[in-house]
Formats: sequence, C-alpha cells, structure tokens
Amino acid sequence: MKKSQILMIIGSLLLLPLFVLPLWNITLEAPQYPTPLGIDIYITKMAGHNEGDIQNINILNHYVGMAKLPEKMKEFEFFPIIVIAMVVLGLIIGFIGKKRLFLAWFILMSVLGSIGMYDFYLWEYDYGHNLNPKAAIKFPGTAYQPPLIGTKKILSFTAHSYPSSGGYLLFLGMFLTLSAYYVAVKEEETG
Amino acid sequence: MRKTNKLIVVMFIMTIAFIVTSCKQSGSNSGALNNSAAERVFVAPGEYDEFYAFVSGGFSGQLAVHGLPSGRLFKIIPVFSVDGEKAYGFNEETKPMLETSYGFIPWGDAHHPDLSQTNGVIDGRWCFINENNTPRIARIDLTTFETVEIIEIPNSAGNHSSPYVTDNTEYVVAGTRFAVPVPQRDMSIDQYKGNFKGAMTFVKVDPENGSMSLEFQILMPGFDYDKAHPGRGKSHGWFFFTTYNVEEANSLLEVNASQRDKDFIAAINWKKAEEYMKAGKFKTMPVRYAHNVYEDATHSATSTMKKTVRVLDPSVLPGLVYFLPTPKSPHGCDVDPTGEYIVASGKLSANVTAHSFTKMLKAIEDKAFDGEAYGIPILSFEAVNAGSVVQPGLGPLHTEFDGKGYAYTTFFISSEVVKWKLGTWEVIDRKPTYYSVGHLMIPGGNSQKPFGKYLLAMNKITKDRYLPTGPEVCQSAQLYDITGEKMELLLDFPTMGEPHYAAGIPADLIKANSKKFFKLEENNHPYATKSEAATKVVRKGRDVHIYMTMIRSHFAPDNIEGVKVGDRVYFHVTNLEQDYDVPHGIAMIGANTSELLIMPGQTETLVWQPTKPGVWPFYCTDFCSALHQEMQGYVRVSPRNSNIKLSWSLDGE
Repeated sequence: MKKSQILMIIGSLLLLPLFVLPLWNITLEAPQYPTPLGIDIYITKMAGHNEGDIQNINILNHYVGMAKLPEKMKEFEFFPIIVIAMVVLGLIIGFIGKKRLFLAWFILMSVLGSIGMYDFYLWEYDYGHNLNPKAAIKFPGTAYQPPLIGTKKILSFTAHSYPSSGGYLLFLGMFLTLSAYYVAVKEEETG
Repeated sequence: MRKTNKLIVVMFIMTIAFIVTSCKQSGSNSGALNNSAAERVFVAPGEYDEFYAFVSGGFSGQLAVHGLPSGRLFKIIPVFSVDGEKAYGFNEETKPMLETSYGFIPWGDAHHPDLSQTNGVIDGRWCFINENNTPRIARIDLTTFETVEIIEIPNSAGNHSSPYVTDNTEYVVAGTRFAVPVPQRDMSIDQYKGNFKGAMTFVKVDPENGSMSLEFQILMPGFDYDKAHPGRGKSHGWFFFTTYNVEEANSLLEVNASQRDKDFIAAINWKKAEEYMKAGKFKTMPVRYAHNVYEDATHSATSTMKKTVRVLDPSVLPGLVYFLPTPKSPHGCDVDPTGEYIVASGKLSANVTAHSFTKMLKAIEDKAFDGEAYGIPILSFEAVNAGSVVQPGLGPLHTEFDGKGYAYTTFFISSEVVKWKLGTWEVIDRKPTYYSVGHLMIPGGNSQKPFGKYLLAMNKITKDRYLPTGPEVCQSAQLYDITGEKMELLLDFPTMGEPHYAAGIPADLIKANSKKFFKLEENNHPYATKSEAATKVVRKGRDVHIYMTMIRSHFAPDNIEGVKVGDRVYFHVTNLEQDYDVPHGIAMIGANTSELLIMPGQTETLVWQPTKPGVWPFYCTDFCSALHQEMQGYVRVSPRNSNIKLSWSLDGE
C-alpha cells in the first residue's frame, strides 16, 4: 500500500473520535464562576463541560428569556450518519487509491463542514435572539448570540467559542486527506 | 564638546540606573517589613490559609473552623447545640442527632477536637469532639464539614478525658471526670469513697467509614479522670489518663481533693484489654445510650437506643492498668511524638513532670511497685520518672510538641507559654499570653508528626484586649511563630465560646476533598422531589405533606390551598440546584421552628402548624440570585370545617 493511501485511511479514521470527543466547545467566564461554565457540543448531544453546567446555563439564561439548551436536535440524528458515511467512503477511496478521489473526499468534507458551521450559526442566532417576551430582565436591543468562533462579551460573561478535541482531530484528518492527494501526485511523478 | 556631552549623558543615565536598582533592592530586602508580624499573618484577598484550625466552641457546643495564619473564621459547625441558621436540631432530618437516653437535649459543652490518624499522622478524614455534660462523642466528616455521628457514653459523667485518637484511629476514648455510682442508684453521697466508679470507655472506630461503636468499658476506682493521651509509636497500645481527687472527696474538692502530694496517671494497656475481651473476661451490663447517625444518602439522621455495655474490672485483670504517681492534681496528659515521654502538668505543682515509657515497662517487669489502689499496682515514682522541668511557671496545664525535640507548655496562673527541651528539661523561652491560657495547639502537635510552624494558644480571659462588649467579653486565641529559637507572637483573634482545645492540619490534606454539592440523583431522602413535574401536596388525615422544590428563583409549588387550621404541614423541600454555593432557604411565617438552609441536591423538612385562617407567606432566606426577593409563595389556611380542596400551583399550572 502506498503512503498516500495510508494517509487517506488514517485521515478518514480520524473522524471516528467524534463519537466520544466533543466537536466544539462554548465556555462562559464570569468573576463568580471561578470554574467557568462550559457546553461541549458532540455530534450526538450537548453536554456540560462540568457536571451541572447545562442546568446552570439554563438557569442563568432564563432570566433574560432565552430558551433551554436543546436535549434533542435533528442534527444529532443525522450527524452520526454523515460521519459514518464519510469514514466508510474515505476507507473505500483509500483502498482504491485514486488521487482525484482523495481530493474529491476532501472537498466534499469541506462543503459538509461549511454547511455544518452555517447550521450552527443559525442555531446560535435563534438561541440568542428568540427571547421570551415575559423575561424578567430585558435589555432592549441586546441579543445573546454566542460567537460563531472566537471570544465575545455578553453582559457579565465572556463567551469563548472554539473547536474542541474531536473537532481538532477532524481538522487533522482532513489535512491528512489533502496531504494524501499531494503525496499521491508526487508518487506518480517519481514512480 | 560633543564627546563631553555624551559622557555626561551616559553618567547621568548610569546614576539614575543605580538609584533605581538600589531602591528596588532596598524594597525587596527591607528587613523591617519582612519581619513584621502583620505580613506573616496576612493572607492576600483570594489566597488560602496554610492550615485549617478546628477550634472547640466550649459552652456553645459547636466547632469553629478557622484558617491559620490569618485567624479568619470560615464556618461554625453545629455539633452538640441546636443551630437555627442551619436548622440543626430544628428540622426533621437532624432532630435525632441530639437524642440521648435523657431525651432530646438542645445544648452541649464541646471540649476537645481531635483528628483521625493513619500511622500516627493526621489524615484529614474526620474530626472527633467530646461533650462534657451529657457524655457523648461526635464525629465530623471533613468532606462535608458536618456532624455525621454522635454516640452517648453510659456509666459516665463529665466526659472530659476524651476523645483523643490513637495512631491508626483504632479508638477514641471517654474517661469520666466525675465518678458516679455504677450502675446509677439512689444512695447517700457520703458513701462515695470506694463505691463510686470511674468508667473509661473505649469507642472503636471503623477504619473504612469512621462509624463508632462502644467496644468496652474499664471500671476504675472513683477518682476524677481529667485528661488523656494515647501512646504513640513505641507506646502505641497504651492509653494514659491523668487523675485528681485520688482522695475521693465528695465535697469542697478545691480543698479536699488537693491534699495528697501525688495523684496518678493511669496507664491502660488497651491491647491487653482486647485480649481480655477476646478471652471473654468481661461482664455485660444493662445500660441505655443513644447512637445517632446521619447519612448523606438520605440527608437524614436516625437515633438508636443501645441496651448493653461490656465491662472489664481492672482489680481482677492483671496487667490491664498501672498507676504512675504524679504531682499534683495533674491536668494535661501529653505524649511526645516518639511515644517515650508522658508529660503531666500538675496544676498545683511547681514542676512539669515527665515519665518514661521505657522505664515504665521495666518497672512493670521488675515489679517496682509502691503499693496498690483497689487492686491496681502503683509503680514507684522514682522507677518511672524521666525528669522534671523545674519551676517553669505557675499552673501548668497542657503540652504540645514541635517534632524537633521541644515541648511547649501553657501556664494558666502566670499566663504564659514556655518552650522547653525534652530530655534535658531546660527552659528555652517563655512568652506571655493575654490572659490565662488553657490549651495550646501545634498542627499535628499531639501526633507522631507535628507540623511545627505555628502554635495557637487559647485564652480563657481577655478583659481589656478588645473593644468592650458589656460584662460578657470574648475568649481568644493567639498565634505564635515557633520556627525560631524564640517564639514570636504574631496575632490574636477572638473565638466563638471558650476554645478548650483545637486541632490543626495542613489545608492541603483536606481542601481537595471538600464536597461542592450533593448529587440530586443520589438523593435517597424518602420525601425527595427530583423535578418540578414531581411536586405535589398529599393529605394524610391531619398531616399535609408538601413535596416542594426550589431553584433560582422560585419554589414549586408556590400557591397552596386547602390547608386547614389544626393541620400539621410538612414542607419537604428539595434544592434542585447542582452548582457550588447555591443554597436556598425557606422560612414560614409563624412556624415554631427555624428556617431551613438547604444545600444543592439536598432535601430538608420544616413542620408548620397553622393556628389561624388566612393566607400566609413563605420566602427564601438565602440571597440566592438576582431575583431572590421574588422567591416567595403563599399557603391559604381555611377553618377546620371548610371544604376547600387541596390544590397547588406554580404560575397557574
């Protein structure tokens, strides 16, 4: 087996940790939270970074009228299917060993990733803007949308939104599949 | 010209640089500032103290948790007295903790905190403390800082020589200060001599969960057993008790119990006692004593009345007890970290006396006896005595050790702490206390491994030391630095109640284990309500049970109707929070009890007996959140003959 094929196979296998490691993380910092509150977003669920975080975020957010963090989302049903499909596809392509297919997989994954980010943005927008009109605390014109990626001040909290361990492994995997393409090009030139 | 200018500029810069650096140096080396006591006890905002100090609250019945070196007070743990703040002894869950064979007792006299040990080193798992008036020993769990167990001591009175933990927390003890008829009976007080007994109780501690059980009692002659210390290291397996009133006086003891030159230290071989127990050499005696246990799982306590105790008679069991003659009405009984020296402070003696454990064993072997008392051999003073600190002060009381070969003894009458050297018995240093010091504490200073950095002296009298507060003024504790040859007074601070004794421990041995909140899913309280959907109100005859929850910032339910005059209303309230430091409280107008202060994940119960029809509010007592003031509700109370149906709601649902 060629080096490029191995890279392609390892790259696509690096999607599998997404089933146990979080894809994304949102952390909320404030002075009276010496241990910050955190949401770990998995492809199957949202979970507190520490025990009780989801409930504690919901309690804080209800004062300004935000909805509870969702326990069920349609994304949590089809994300796992997509990931499995991409892993299987990546493995098949790896064994076939055609460099154009390597590139095609990478582009497909990038497109899917971008759609995922857009979907995440839509959810964040709704989460931060769709406020209960009976909320106890109202700041006219204020929205509570967390940043898509980066850091943002939301009232007394500083919100950080960044990829998490599963997400970083996904990027590494994608990078490997892209490398697989370039390695394959070289292998053809030399071989 | 240009060159000179340049040179001047360079020299100018160098001068400035020199001044700046020398300023910096004088800043960092400033001896006066570094040596200031204030700096050494200053713990900057947000930083932690190096040690915990568990300081007994004396006649308050409680235990205070301070930090050292700052002296800051963190918490008062209710132990033997009710506490309206924490609903201890007021809510249905903790009332059983204060049950005794005499019924419910709302107050106690807490004396000597002592920490659990492993291999003679304090391990930070539990703190034990004795109650003097109605003899009891309590155990405090150092993950929750709550009292989790209280065991009553039968046949005892004035539980003063207690609890004092052995090297591996095998036992805590309870020696009676007041001899009493055993069993109790109606008899003439004049018949004291020879008829009253002093029960030495050995309470076994389960090494896994700390649970206490009364293992055996040794029925001693009717002296007053004042203080105690387990053997350490080489003397592990022995327990030493000071006695006074070997005269066996029953009136005007201040004179009649102070006649003899020497009283005794009673040396009890508890390993021998275990052998006698195994061999069945005990008698089983009918008694009644309460054993109260609090479980975190149910957030509730139970009280069980126990019926028997196994008793050993030292007058017929050779090798179990020996008396060591000791001048004069000795109070403190302290064993050094090696276990060799047993130091006794004769309150009325001019000297501090130290006995040698090695010499004691040899004296026993050689039968170097000087008579006997009630069948118990008295060892010859010369055969056991290691030496004396000669005239170090007036009214010696207690001694602790720094692990570096020095001992520190308090002097009540001359108000001072004296540092002296073990073995040479020479006085090294003395420092005044303000005033009339009782106990002293060095973290780990009664174990095999003292952490000899600080010494805490606890004073009985403060008079003019603080702003006056009327006739009743505070007691105090004073912190000394003992790292140098001479002691240095760093700080004094007021304490809660009379601090008889304290136990200190490096904070690192405890702080990581401190619980943040109780897990809701592990709450097995029979009336726990784990979600708002599960809240309800149930009537059983005249009892109304409200299954209520609390979360920022509301109660569920918060409107209740259908309660009638003459009902007994139980608020079973569960705090649904799962976050650190988010307790909620609840108080009901007119309830003949305290508020509840409920930790996250916990359930507690308040009983209210409404006497008048009307609509009565309740509210959260702990400022829990931005909308704490809105955390309130109403109960409608109707006349007895009303037919209003029981109903409950939150936001109309």
